[in-house]
Amino acid sequence: MSAETPSPKPREPQTMPSFFAARPTRLTLFLRNFLPWQMWRFTWINLKMLIIIRRSHRSQ
Amino acid sequence: MARVVVLGAGISGHTAAAFLRKWLGKNDEVTVVSPLPHYNWIPSNIWVGVGLLSEEQVIFPLAPVYRKHGIEFKQARALALHPEGTESNPQPFVEVEWTLEGKTGQRENVPYDFLVNATGPKLNFGATEGLGPGKNSLSVCTARHAAETASAFLENVERMKRGERRRFVVGTGHGMCTCEGAALEYVVNLEFELRAHGVRDKADVVFLTNEYQLGDFGMDGLHIRRSGYITPSNILAESLFAERGIDWITRAHVKKVEAGHAWYETLAGEDREISFDMAMLLPPFAGVGLQAFGRQGEDITARVFAPNGFMRVDADYVPKPYEQWRACDWPRYYQSPVYKNLFAAGIAFAPPHPVSRPFTSPRGTPIFAAPPRTGMPSAMIGKAVARSIADMLRGAPGPTHTASMAEMGAACVASAGANPLKGTAAAMIVYPIIPDYERYPEYGRDLHYTMGEIGLAGHWIKIVLHHMFLYKARLRPGWSLIPE
Repeated sequence: MSAETPSPKPREPQTMPSFFAARPTRLTLFLRNFLPWQMWRFTWINLKMLIIIRRSHRSQ
Repeated sequence: MARVVVLGAGISGHTAAAFLRKWLGKNDEVTVVSPLPHYNWIPSNIWVGVGLLSEEQVIFPLAPVYRKHGIEFKQARALALHPEGTESNPQPFVEVEWTLEGKTGQRENVPYDFLVNATGPKLNFGATEGLGPGKNSLSVCTARHAAETASAFLENVERMKRGERRRFVVGTGHGMCTCEGAALEYVVNLEFELRAHGVRDKADVVFLTNEYQLGDFGMDGLHIRRSGYITPSNILAESLFAERGIDWITRAHVKKVEAGHAWYETLAGEDREISFDMAMLLPPFAGVGLQAFGRQGEDITARVFAPNGFMRVDADYVPKPYEQWRACDWPRYYQSPVYKNLFAAGIAFAPPHPVSRPFTSPRGTPIFAAPPRTGMPSAMIGKAVARSIADMLRGAPGPTHTASMAEMGAACVASAGANPLKGTAAAMIVYPIIPDYERYPEYGRDLHYTMGEIGLAGHWIKIVLHHMFLYKARLRPGWSLIPE
């Protein structure tokens, strides 16, 4: 290795906890802000929340 | 004619008072005692803390609302319960000290037939040296704290725009904290706003938590069914942090905070230090320190309250190891076992034990997340207690309505960035809140209902909830139709 060539920087990512974490793919990131899909998720999550609220109130 | 006194005007106390007024007769009195003049929709404090909302947008004055609806309001701090009255008068009463300007410091004995203790927590910043607003760290626990945090955040943003590098540490300020979900919500909002201000490359963001794993949230984590797998919540939380470039430190008990430095002990027993330019560290909770006295003036505080200051109710407080904890240990009626006309709602009741597995460092320091105290169960408990009291005043021999956290679910929406088109939030549903391994042997929860996902839809839901619950809290027309 010549004196002009900078020595390769040690790889660090595998020393960080985030290296072992699951990461979203580009499709997942896209869907998170894709309006038609998010409108459907808005409806679906609200419906699920209403079911849970109903179940919780029923137990009272 | 009966008089019901509600101590506290937070989510639980305000809900209880509103439903008591709705369900009790015209001749019955409902009195609310609260040291603060306003109601605070606490879940939106996160947005105040990054400068997106003003303090005034998450609070409103209580006195006009109560005046309009026939609820008596005393802006005062409760000091002591006298559930047996005095030797000369057996009428129970609560001793309060006014905080209203002009009456500050005046004391009054407020008699009651039923009392709901919904005093919420004492923000126990004193548990950690140097922790808290006015000292060396910030908080978003109150609207005022959040506004101060926003000022500090925006000042740091300006410095980064001038080229300075800054480190933000967000998380829990003690080994026995709760509300890790709120800390997570704040750190991802902070990171989102750093990007919005165009200074993300100048910032190091670190999440410092007492949780054994990210995503524990004080409820022993949760599992969700997604993409062909049953996934534990630590995977989801770690994924969010990795995506956002947020570093994390778990299993930490912060024991001292100085200007720009925090010292913490790890579960492995190591002492470590972290430096920061801005730290938002939540405090542990304790009871507000109410005392109780018997008829002859003897101190009966230990009979009515647990050592941590929260009120004992119909829970199973017999100490037992984690493996023997059961869902039925948790209270159902929130009635004092000593005085049948005394109830505790919301954060004020003493949990029978934590939910997350307890851990202790080699030095004996407990480091694990305390039980979660969120808005939805607090409101549902307040409503159930109000219903029981209304029924008991009509002749029922005991409380009639239950609100066990082991039998109810919770919906929680944690903002991960506020923007109507580019924002996201984590929408989480847990059922039941307290894991029940007798009903759901594998994961303690019903995986058909337990869910979590991140997306723009969650942010829209968070905005709807902000406006809907402030509308409801203002007791506007149709308020009681909005579910808790």
